[in-house]
Amino acid sequence: MIRDSRTRLLLSALVALILTVLPLPWWLDVARPAFLVLTVIYWSVNAPRAGGLAIGFFAGLMLDVFQGPVLGEHALALSLITYIAVREHQRIRSKPAIQQALIVLAALVMYEVVLFMIDGWTGHPVTSPLRWVHTLSGALIWPAAAAILSYGAGHHA
Amino acid sequence: MAAFGTGADRPLGGRGGSPGFRFTLYALLSVIMMYLDQRAHYLEQVRYVLQAAAYPLQLAVNSPPAAWRWLKESLQSRETLQAENTRLRAGARDLELRTMRYEALARENGELRGLREALPPVADRWLPAEIVNIQLNTLRQRLLLNRGAANGVFKGQAVLDDKGLIGQTTHVGPWSAEVILITDPEHAVPVRVERTGLRTIAVGAGDTTSLALPYLPGNADIRSGDLLVTSGLDGVFPEGYPVARVTEVHRDAVQPLAQVRAAPLAHVDSDSEVMLVWFRADHPAAPAPAESAAGGLKSGNPAMQPQPAAPKSHATPQAAPHEPAAPPPHGEPAPLPAQQTAAAEKPGERQSVQAAEAVPPAAAAPPQGQP
Repeated sequence: MIRDSRTRLLLSALVALILTVLPLPWWLDVARPAFLVLTVIYWSVNAPRAGGLAIGFFAGLMLDVFQGPVLGEHALALSLITYIAVREHQRIRSKPAIQQALIVLAALVMYEVVLFMIDGWTGHPVTSPLRWVHTLSGALIWPAAAAILSYGAGHHA
Repeated sequence: MAAFGTGADRPLGGRGGSPGFRFTLYALLSVIMMYLDQRAHYLEQVRYVLQAAAYPLQLAVNSPPAAWRWLKESLQSRETLQAENTRLRAGARDLELRTMRYEALARENGELRGLREALPPVADRWLPAEIVNIQLNTLRQRLLLNRGAANGVFKGQAVLDDKGLIGQTTHVGPWSAEVILITDPEHAVPVRVERTGLRTIAVGAGDTTSLALPYLPGNADIRSGDLLVTSGLDGVFPEGYPVARVTEVHRDAVQPLAQVRAAPLAHVDSDSEVMLVWFRADHPAAPAPAESAAGGLKSGNPAMQPQPAAPKSHATPQAAPHEPAAPPPHGEPAPLPAQQTAAAEKPGERQSVQAAEAVPPAAAAPPQGQP
């Protein structure tokens, strides 16, 4: 069972990564949700043992390769989010979708705050308010994303 | 979602310690990685390998647009192709004529400056590269090219298209290279106003259509329509390549600095191919060697900034009157002090910069004589 969910986890993470690096026009790009972060949150909450912290760390590392100014930035932020999601997974899982979306919004904001601070410390400050847009769009698509991921999971199992 | 409750009855601790312990481990690992990458640049090799691993995915993501382009091209009608062919042939003839004129001018220029033969063009080698992936938003403006270290690409290499400057390479993988565009908010390129010789710095504004020139005083001689070319002071781009055209100049009486915007000449958002350029290292207009350019993207090492005083035709006329007094006593074209780049940032010091550049004209002539 665990191996099965692990393959699905890796598959969905790959799809999310493709969605993350897919070239888009700039106005869509700004609002592009952090698909990989959402996927990692989903699996941490719903199958905390399948990936655990490792998936958060390595997904963050992939993001660093694609768009990070320093290696380890996204890895740290995503490890933190994964840790919180894994620790609180039972409490988050039992909430209705709307409340889950709010929790996801908080998680995404925390993720972005960590990135923001590291950006500042490493000398790549990006102070544009547009960098926060994806937290909102991510929370908005959370119910749909969770439904798609759980549908895939239910269908398989 | 409840379908995923299976197996959840096992305590989370399990193998590998508690989540808290593992989180501390991963966080520590990330911080160490950031430190090594940022401070010591130890992770260049790791990045190189990771970039190689990531490249297939980026290629795959780009394949649908590429396939669409290919399909469109192969389905083009004969008439369209013929029309394009005629247009290209006319363009090529035009360029050939211009090249002939250019060669004549270069020879004449060489003779006027007392050289035995005209200098060869500063660009040594060109390599066309295809854009594989593109990131264009207000926060990051990057391209991924399908050429890497295997093709001899190095970090801090200039990237051009047929209209003007595009950017420089930041990370180089074995088969791919990431390019930071001149319009990226983190990028700055030293430029010169072609009409007046005024030097300043053009900073990316975060969209593909504009650059900001934030360091010009309110009374600077600049107007919309002025052409900006590279000034060659950064050790990456050689001198004299077109960068942008000034689009608007705002002078506010209460602001000490003018607000100037310029539109880049390169068509970053519609290009599918760009040029990687290698420059002749011994050419006077060439940038400093790549070693010094590599670290100079964000924070320049002051010791690396000065370049040997290349005799530049546009700078000499002003300094000509006091030329006899100018050569330094030791009679050697010493590298200019770091003030050259620093002064370019400070508005209103243009005179001193030009003077400094023109100091050793008599002394610097011999090295230029041997191409």
